[in-house]
Order: sequence, then C-alpha cells, then structure tokens
Amino acid sequence: MPPSPTTAVAAFRITKGFGSGAARTMALKGADFTAALGELQLIVGPSGCGKTTLLSIIAGTLVPDEGKVLVLGEELTQMSKGRVTDFRRRNIGFIFQQFNLIPTLTLVENASVPLLLNGVPRSKAERAANAMLEQVGLAGRGQNYPRQLSGGQQQRVAIARALVHDPRLVICDEPTSALDRETGHSVMGLLKEVARKADRSVIVVTHDPRVYDFADRIAEMEDGRVLTNQLASPETLHALHG
Amino acid sequence: MFHLALKMLVGDRAKFFMLLGGLFFAALLMTQQCAVFFGLLSWTTSHISNIRSKVWVVEAKVEQVNELKPLRDTDVSRVRSVAGVAWAVPLYVSVLQARLADGNFKPILCVGLDSTSLVGRPATILEGRLEDIRLPNSVIIDDLALQRLKTPNGPPPKVGDIFEINDREARIVAICKSDRAFFGYPYVFTTYDQALQFAPRQRKMLSAVLAEPAPGLTPQETVDRINASVTGMKAWTEDTFYKDTIIWYFKNTGIPISFGVTIILGLIVGIAISGQTFYSFVLENLKNLGALKAMGASNFKLASMLVVQVMTVGLIGYGLGMGAASAFGAAAAQRGNPPFYLPWQLVAGVLAVILFICLAAASLAIIKVSRLEAAVVFRG
Repeated sequence: MPPSPTTAVAAFRITKGFGSGAARTMALKGADFTAALGELQLIVGPSGCGKTTLLSIIAGTLVPDEGKVLVLGEELTQMSKGRVTDFRRRNIGFIFQQFNLIPTLTLVENASVPLLLNGVPRSKAERAANAMLEQVGLAGRGQNYPRQLSGGQQQRVAIARALVHDPRLVICDEPTSALDRETGHSVMGLLKEVARKADRSVIVVTHDPRVYDFADRIAEMEDGRVLTNQLASPETLHALHG
Repeated sequence: MFHLALKMLVGDRAKFFMLLGGLFFAALLMTQQCAVFFGLLSWTTSHISNIRSKVWVVEAKVEQVNELKPLRDTDVSRVRSVAGVAWAVPLYVSVLQARLADGNFKPILCVGLDSTSLVGRPATILEGRLEDIRLPNSVIIDDLALQRLKTPNGPPPKVGDIFEINDREARIVAICKSDRAFFGYPYVFTTYDQALQFAPRQRKMLSAVLAEPAPGLTPQETVDRINASVTGMKAWTEDTFYKDTIIWYFKNTGIPISFGVTIILGLIVGIAISGQTFYSFVLENLKNLGALKAMGASNFKLASMLVVQVMTVGLIGYGLGMGAASAFGAAAAQRGNPPFYLPWQLVAGVLAVILFICLAAASLAIIKVSRLEAAVVFRG
C-alpha cells in the first residue's frame, strides 16, 4: 500500500539487529508494513518474530539499521533524536503490556502526564484527564491510586493516558495479555471505538488470538519479516485461528 | 511535571526517609563537628580576642599567643622608641594558682594591664566598676570564674569576695565577660604592677608589649618598623598573630586530624547513603521513567525531574541538620561547653557540600536515565 493521506504508518525494508560480531541477532530482516487511519491494525506472529522491534521502530523509540519509516506523513528516519522525541510526545499515545502507571500518582495525575509533557498547565491537564477517565468508565475515581484498581481498570487508565492529548497514532503492546478474557474484550472494544470514532490509527501487537475479532487489518510476521498484511475477513481470521 | 516528580519521590516513603536521613545526618555531623572545631580554635586565640591590641610585640622565638616567653621590663621602652609607634604598654599573662576559701587550689589566667591606660581591659563589665581595678589587691574575674572559683556547695564568687593568688589577697571588684581560653582556665584581670606582686618572682616578668601604630600608619607598617628596629623581639599584627596561632594548632596538634576524620566520615556517609538510596530509587522507577521517555519526555526533562527530587530532599535534610546542629549549639552555649562557633561561612559551606552530595547522587541517576532506551517499556 503506497503512502496516502489516509496512511498512518508506512515502513519500508526495515532491518534491525542487536549485539555484535558472532552474537549479532537480526530481529528484522527487511520488513515492510503499513497501517491506515481509522483502523485497528493487529501485528501477530510467534515469539521472537520481531513484532515488538517493529512496534518500537514505528514509535520512534528504536532506530532501524536500514529502511525508511513514515509516520503521519513525517519521515522518522530523517529526524534528529530530539525531533523524534517531540514528534512522539505530540502525536503518539502508548499503551503498555504492564500498564506502566506510576504507583505513587493518582489516576488523574497518571492520565495527565502526556498533557503536562506537552506544556499544558496543571489545572487544565487534570480537567482533561478527568474527562478522559470518565470516557473510559472511571468517573469519580480520579483520586484513587493504581493499586486500588483491578487489572482491567488499570488498563483503562492507561488508555485514558494514551488518548488524553488526542494523538493520531495509538501504539499498544500486548494490551490484553495481563487481563482475563472478559476484561480483554472490553479493552479491545474500547480501542476499536477509538480507532473508528476519532479517525486514529491504533496498532496493536498481540499474541492473544481472543482479540483477532476486533481487528480491521492483520499483519502476520515471521522471522523478522511481515508475511501478510490484509483486511480481517472471516477467511483471514479462520486461517489465523487455525 | 515537577510536582509529579516530588510526589513520586515522597510516595516511596521508605526511600524518601532514608534519603532524608542520610542528608540530615551528613549535614548535622559536618556542621556540629566543624562548629565545635571552630569553637576550639576560637578558644586558642582567646588572649587576642579578649585583650584586643592592634600590634603585639613578643619574644622573638614565640610562635603563638599561648606560649608567651618573658621579656625584660625595659623592652617596653625599646618598642616605644621605634618611629611609627604611637604608644606601647606592658602586658603580663600567666597561669597562676588561686587558693579558694576552702583551701583548694584552682589555676587561673592572670592578665596584668597597664594601670594608667588599662589597655587590654575586658570589653564588657557585667557587674562592678572597671576603674576599681586600680585599687590595691583588686581583680576583675570573668564569668567562667563564677563556676571555676566556686567552692563545692558554696555560692558562686561575687563582687567583694576575697581569694588568694600566691598567698596574696585578691579582692573581686568586678565581673566581666570574656572569651573562654583553650585550657578552660578563667581570666583574672588586674593591673600590671599588681600582677607582678601576685606572680612568683622571676628575672624577666613582662609577657608582651601592646602597641598602637602612629597616626597614618597601618598596623603592618608599624610591625615592619618594629621588626626592623629592635632585636630579640618580634612584632605581629593582631590578624597575623591570630592566623599564625591557629596554623600552629593545625600543625602541632592532632585536633584537625581528629575532627577532619569525623567531618570526612560525615561526608562519605552522606554521599554513600544518599547516592545509593537515590540510585536504587531510580532503578526501581526505571520502567516508569522509560514509559515517560517513550511518551516523549526528553533526557533534559527527566534529568530536571531527578535534580528537583534530590535537591528538594537535600534542602529539607540540610534544614533539619542545620536546625539540629543549632539546637546543639544553643545547649552548648547554655552549658558553656563544648565550644561551638557557627559562622555564616560554615552555614554556607555545609549547604554547598550538601548540594554537591545531591548533585553527585543525581548525576549517577541521570547517567543511568540518559542511557535508558525508551524501547525498554516494550520488553514485557
């Protein structure tokens, strides 16, 4: 798929290796990948196939050895480290496998972090964070601490934090792996809604076959390459579910 | 973000209090030990601070104010004869034995002043009249003598009381305030002539000559002229005598080493506890800091947050440590010992050291965080 106004991410011939000499391991071996706005895109594949490395490169937290990465029309691989950090701060929301909520901060403080990093005044950031917590079903819990919530509720806070600064790209690393089936479904439903309603691109790396049904498009990886990247039709899902 | 940084720090109670404790302990130990050390040094120069003369002329071999060697009485005239000296007066200083009413003997520092001018007289008279020192057998005792010359179970000595110095009657005519001497003996002021009566007879009795520069001359110029003109004596300005006395104690006693070791230990303990605790705090929060980095926090922003955290706890620890040291100083001032002198330079110096400890602790953490890859948050 060539880059177009609806293309959120386009990565071409990405290679990335770790270590040096005989111990060097190639995590990505010329991977191509695209994701569109308004879609929830899954990246699936066996452990060690390079999913997380590809996600880190798309997020700008890792620099590829070779290849070109365009995110929301900007070529990350041509930017300085500082500009990539700025870009990430403004345009990307993150949802992590282990939620990564700061335990000593309240939910509203956790959710307001991206706005504060973008220079929004504290009171305004906290108002927006409270509103976002309400949207993810945690109205009135803003002054609680993460330890007072269940895993699903914590992931909802992470979603609120990822969306509070209205990013156009949301990157999720195994968002349901620490959750039970029902909570995982609820979280994926929320992410699907985010992708559709706000014309954002949501990219989810997952091992969890229970969430395939929520995908608009599924990229399958193996041995450092993207084998297929196609619409999530019943046939695709059937093939993936085995 | 800084309010969140502080909340992150305070939220981890155990680490916060350990960090605070380390810095408090370091500030307290360094301040208290330095202040006691400075207090001791101020005791070594108490003759200079109590007698207050711009120029001191002493025997040529004298190295510091507490080891005055005797001169001939005629040496006063030799100093007076130097062009550049406005006037010069004799001074007697020696340790004598006072015999109390109960028959007990106590050492005193007897200071004999020129009876006409009373140059070197105590600055503050607490009770009685200075002029009465000229009456026969009269002495002025200092406030320390109220404790030292007190008989067991008896009241402290007062104006009008009598004791003996070298079998001669000494009548207290006034009580003054003075800086305490290094050996802890009380000062007893009298006239020069009277002091010679109290002291055991020796061939040379003069301890020092106190001189005033002629109008238009600095003390140093007068000192230079005296040193160029008279033999067998050495002149000092008040400042150089003070400094050389302190340097002598640095070189010839174990006091600086003993205090220095404690002060350095305080510094090392402060750095070790604070550095280690803050570093482990950062290590425990590495995943969170990585998440912040992934979300777009720059290295500078994270470093600023770490500096704010460590500086805040440093300033609190410093404040508590300085407060505790001051409380110790207030208690010491009430009791009269140990010596305690807390100049502003020490207050500022300890602050600088604590901030240095904080920056050292923060710098390790900053290096760790700046090398942290934001991608770490995607690795499970």
